[in-house]
Amino acid sequence: MTKKRIQRILFIAILIALVSIGLNLIWNAFEENLLYSFSPTQVLNNEAPAEQTIRLAGMVKEGSLINGTDLLVEFTLTDFLNEVTVQYRGITPDLFGEGQGVVVQGMMRDDIFYANENGLLAKHDENYMPPEVADILMNQ
Amino acid sequence: MISFFGNLALVISLALALVLSLFPIVGYFLNNEWKSLARPLTLLIFIAIAIAYILLTSAFLNDEFSILYVASNSNTQLPLIYKFTAVWGGHEGSMLLWVLFLSVWSVALAMISLRHDPVTVSLSLSVIGFVLLGIIGFIFFTSNPFDLSPRIITEGNDLNPLLQDPGMAIHPPMLYLGYVGLAIPFAFSVAILIQGKFQQQQLTWLRPWLSLCWAFLTIGITLGSWWAYYELGWGGWWFWDPVENASFMPWLIATALIHSATVTESRGSFKSWFILLSIIGFALSLLGTFLVRSGVLVSVHAFASDPSRGLFILVLIGLILGISLLLFALRARVFTSNQNLNLLSKESFLLANNLFLLVASLSILLGTIYPLILDGMGLGKISVGAPYFDLIFLYLMIPLMLLIGLGIHSDWIKSSSSKFRKLIKVAIIAVILPTLIIFILDLDFSIFTLVGYWSFLWILLSTLVWAGQLFFNDKSKVAFRQQLPMIIAHSGLAIFIFGVTCVNNYSQTIEEVVALNSSIEFNEREWFFGDLREVEGPNYLAIEAEVIMTDANGTINFNPQRRIYSNQSSAMTEASIDANLSRDLFVALGDPVNGSSEWGFRFQYRPFIRLIWLGALIMAIGGIISTIMNHRKLRLA
Repeated sequence: MTKKRIQRILFIAILIALVSIGLNLIWNAFEENLLYSFSPTQVLNNEAPAEQTIRLAGMVKEGSLINGTDLLVEFTLTDFLNEVTVQYRGITPDLFGEGQGVVVQGMMRDDIFYANENGLLAKHDENYMPPEVADILMNQ
Repeated sequence: MISFFGNLALVISLALALVLSLFPIVGYFLNNEWKSLARPLTLLIFIAIAIAYILLTSAFLNDEFSILYVASNSNTQLPLIYKFTAVWGGHEGSMLLWVLFLSVWSVALAMISLRHDPVTVSLSLSVIGFVLLGIIGFIFFTSNPFDLSPRIITEGNDLNPLLQDPGMAIHPPMLYLGYVGLAIPFAFSVAILIQGKFQQQQLTWLRPWLSLCWAFLTIGITLGSWWAYYELGWGGWWFWDPVENASFMPWLIATALIHSATVTESRGSFKSWFILLSIIGFALSLLGTFLVRSGVLVSVHAFASDPSRGLFILVLIGLILGISLLLFALRARVFTSNQNLNLLSKESFLLANNLFLLVASLSILLGTIYPLILDGMGLGKISVGAPYFDLIFLYLMIPLMLLIGLGIHSDWIKSSSSKFRKLIKVAIIAVILPTLIIFILDLDFSIFTLVGYWSFLWILLSTLVWAGQLFFNDKSKVAFRQQLPMIIAHSGLAIFIFGVTCVNNYSQTIEEVVALNSSIEFNEREWFFGDLREVEGPNYLAIEAEVIMTDANGTINFNPQRRIYSNQSSAMTEASIDANLSRDLFVALGDPVNGSSEWGFRFQYRPFIRLIWLGALIMAIGGIISTIMNHRKLRLA
């Protein structure tokens, strides 16, 4: 083999190694950051993994929102079949309110869903309904 | 009346687009006069679409609620300026703006570049005609802004209050100009594939278009980031929201295109790569339109939720991508060049740049559409967390940052190693200086902080050293002037990196309940909650707090508001920000706690956050200067 050919083979081998390491890193980062999204009904049926960060989607029940002291916010999240109590600490985002659709990122513990820091996601318009809830209403 | 004439204008433009998409191409194959129809047809389409757009605007100005789109996005109390911007505040009107811009670009192309390269430009205009046909058809059949209201409406709905903001008034047009501008390199590439020959001189007239649309895209994304920062009340500047990703992916590809275009223009290689990239770039910009406009996304941008629209755009993307990739597969072999690639040549550095940008773009694509695909197949609803994007981006950008300095100093074909030796000094300074400063000032740091500052200084110094060499070693300054846009853009990138590193590592945020007439301490500053009052705006009522901040330099008043817009029930945060180059102080008012004397507040300190947007704007300025210079060169030639 000529020197040039050895060089070329070496180059390709290094390239393949780098690419596969890179793809592996990307895929691992991807899998670790997948967040599954559930409705209150699915959570109460134990379809959601326990003690793991998930997303919970539903509507904030009318008359359930309590702005407590120390910025502790509590409300009932409903998909019109079942309900889950959610706790969040912090200032609620714009467009969050009773009767509004919301997605909460956090963890279920002892029948209460604890939202993460900045875990209330309501960056949409007023008439938003999470697809999880829309699906349930459609099937009724 | 308006509805009738608006529809008429749309139908006429649709028919003209059909003619434009066929005649110049057929004329090319038959080699007859049909080719020359491209220019007049492009003009006529522009006039028809502009008439439709003006009609829609006048419907907004006259509160023409008989038109459903006007009734759902505007009302009589909306301030005049927002009646203009409300035209693109919803789905239908923003699609109309999209085609208006596409026809603006095509007219500009016909006016400016047709004489340089008549055959390719007429074919390109024909390709744009095909895209126009698809999108105007989409508007007319699935999202017609001129549809009549089913019943008599006396007062309209309101424009989404989030969109009633001066930043929002210019963000979508800029972004759309950039998005849509990617149609030009795409149309060019398809025209090249149809002809089966590609001369590197052709890039001389194409490159100004490329850098101009890249600059618009950069400005549009920057404005969006700035808007989200002050309007959404969260104090972040980038969220990896699918809609942001949708604009960022085409930007990455456009950046790659600009870099590979220099290789093709100077060396004649990378031709098929350039063509493939421009097809991917336009496909991503169409996909962005699909993501934002089909209602598949949960975000402030998803106004519509009509599956037929998504399907229409998906089929259109499939057609455009399918046809152009088929052409590519048939023709790409024509463009292969048999030049050897030396590892230390400018060509290979630019190729590496392109690979990193492409992989970054595809990784973002994976994180953005994988959840949609899974959901579409009924396999559950997932989302991909922001840490994925942060991590991937970091992995991919660190080597790219290193390559930038090397790439700038490399030569075509084969670099002399003496050039790189100079860079060793630069690298040592870039590593030691920030590290020393951090230790001397005793700042907190992580390995990523260090890497951030190293990259900043490395890019800045290697760019400036290069600029200095060009400036002082050549009396005529020709090379310096030629490379000035590149020098500006890379300096902007360095400034951007500095801003990001500071914001990510030294930001402070607290959320606290503060009682009226009491104060708290934050960021070594005293914050006194002095007053609470009602303020009446043109179409909203606001509760405004007065917070007086005292520090060593004096006092600053903050007046954060919570606004309730008429026709909306929930409150909108209007943060109060005091900004200068070195830091932003940010106060947002939350909800009352325990009656009305204690309120939730969010206080934020963001060091050097302005440099993020300033750096990005400097990059865009580089793009604009490049456009002007290359265009002038073309005129003189």
